[in-house]
Amino acid sequence: MHDFVVVWSERALLLRGLGNTILLSLAASVAAFALGALVALVLMSSKSVYRRLFAGFVDAMRCVPFLLFAYIVYYGLPSFGLNLDNWSAGLAALTIYNTAYLAEILRGAWLAQPVDPIDAGYAFGFTGLGHFRRIVLPPLLLSAAPVVGNQIIQIVKDSAFLTVIALPELTHAASSIQSRHYVPFAAFITAVLLYWTLCLVIEACVASIGRLAEARR
Amino acid sequence: MNLPPPAAGNGHRPVLTVAALSKAFGCLCVLENINLQVHRGETICLLGPSGSGKSTLLRCINWLEKPDSGQVYLNGERIGVTTGGVLMGDRDLSAIRTRIGMVFQHFALWPHLSVLQNVMAAPVYVQRRPKAQVRAEAEGLLASVGLSDKRDTFPAKLSGGQKQRVGIARALAMRPELLLFDEPTSALDPELVGEVLVVIRKLARDGMTMVVVTHEMDFAREAASRIVFLDRGRVVETARPDKFFVAPATERARQFLQRYESNSTRPTSSDRPQSFP
Repeated sequence: MHDFVVVWSERALLLRGLGNTILLSLAASVAAFALGALVALVLMSSKSVYRRLFAGFVDAMRCVPFLLFAYIVYYGLPSFGLNLDNWSAGLAALTIYNTAYLAEILRGAWLAQPVDPIDAGYAFGFTGLGHFRRIVLPPLLLSAAPVVGNQIIQIVKDSAFLTVIALPELTHAASSIQSRHYVPFAAFITAVLLYWTLCLVIEACVASIGRLAEARR
Repeated sequence: MNLPPPAAGNGHRPVLTVAALSKAFGCLCVLENINLQVHRGETICLLGPSGSGKSTLLRCINWLEKPDSGQVYLNGERIGVTTGGVLMGDRDLSAIRTRIGMVFQHFALWPHLSVLQNVMAAPVYVQRRPKAQVRAEAEGLLASVGLSDKRDTFPAKLSGGQKQRVGIARALAMRPELLLFDEPTSALDPELVGEVLVVIRKLARDGMTMVVVTHEMDFAREAASRIVFLDRGRVVETARPDKFFVAPATERARQFLQRYESNSTRPTSSDRPQSFP
């Protein structure tokens, strides 16, 4: 119990870590969703050169462990003259990696959509991005919300890896508390509970999108 | 006999002209040398057996399918190809498509939008007309198809007949010069067909220019200005309905009508009551 008192005394550090995790996950989720939607558009297009290029990107990302990818972005890219600070590198790694997953999720959901309403979009004069945004994407989002929510939870959890590039997020905070006070159980279990809370919030968002979808089913 | 259509060039330009249109999917020739003119206020019913190319012809008119050869003109303007002779880009194609309304066999309503939003979407986002004006017009259209009370409902909660009436209101909201119907009642339960046909008949009476692919022979007989009969991708016969249904000129049309009559579940006008064994 004493250990948790120690953790409580470091609550400012922990909350700052939590804030950074939220910021990081939120920014990466929004960016990865937007980019993933665009990549899905390319994956579904008839332009075969770009389609193959991005299919290759998606495959590559899915086969690389995230930790390794984060190392490459932070430690590897400088050898090509691209120096990113740990925030930019962390955000970039998290975004690019999950763009691939979200693109694949949206592509799968798209394939399962009835083709008629999409055709009707063209017949009524919608084109290009306007067609995608107004006609294709909203039903996709409604039907894929649970899987997208899952991926966002994955983003939150992946952000913990970024402690290795010294990003002051939640895991980093917990780990610095335990190393200074030697309270590993209390520090890490507190962090776990905070991650869990974040997941509950995400699940609540998914549930409310689910209610919108239910009204339209 | 058929009255000659008003000649082009004297101010009675056809609303729709299809000239020498052909379309093949791979080596399967779906449409071959189709010629068709539709004048203002005409209702053309496209009849023909399944696979005769009726739906493909409809989709070639607004270039949802790109024809392999031939031309399509809407009020004298070439669809799909610019005056410079190059293929139209998305923007030009979009502009001309907004002038053609389309009603789909399986309704094709946008599932994430309410009934009212379905009707308002294209006029607001594509035609960029003022929202308040579109809204007023959309509400009027929904009232005219008898669905005012469903405006905030989502398509999934409607019956087939209601969905199709929304589909018609959605097409009309673009103030189209031409309406295309792709088997508008084929996906409906028999008892819901009537409520949709009532709406289409009224449009025909009001002078809307329409091309209707249908299997509803009674509707075609009564509402069509002309019947265009397709078989295996060719126009086999074009005739006024009184002539087509009574004395079709071609053997192929005769066979088609006969088979239809024998398959029809419609009670025949027999004078003796049906007896059961």
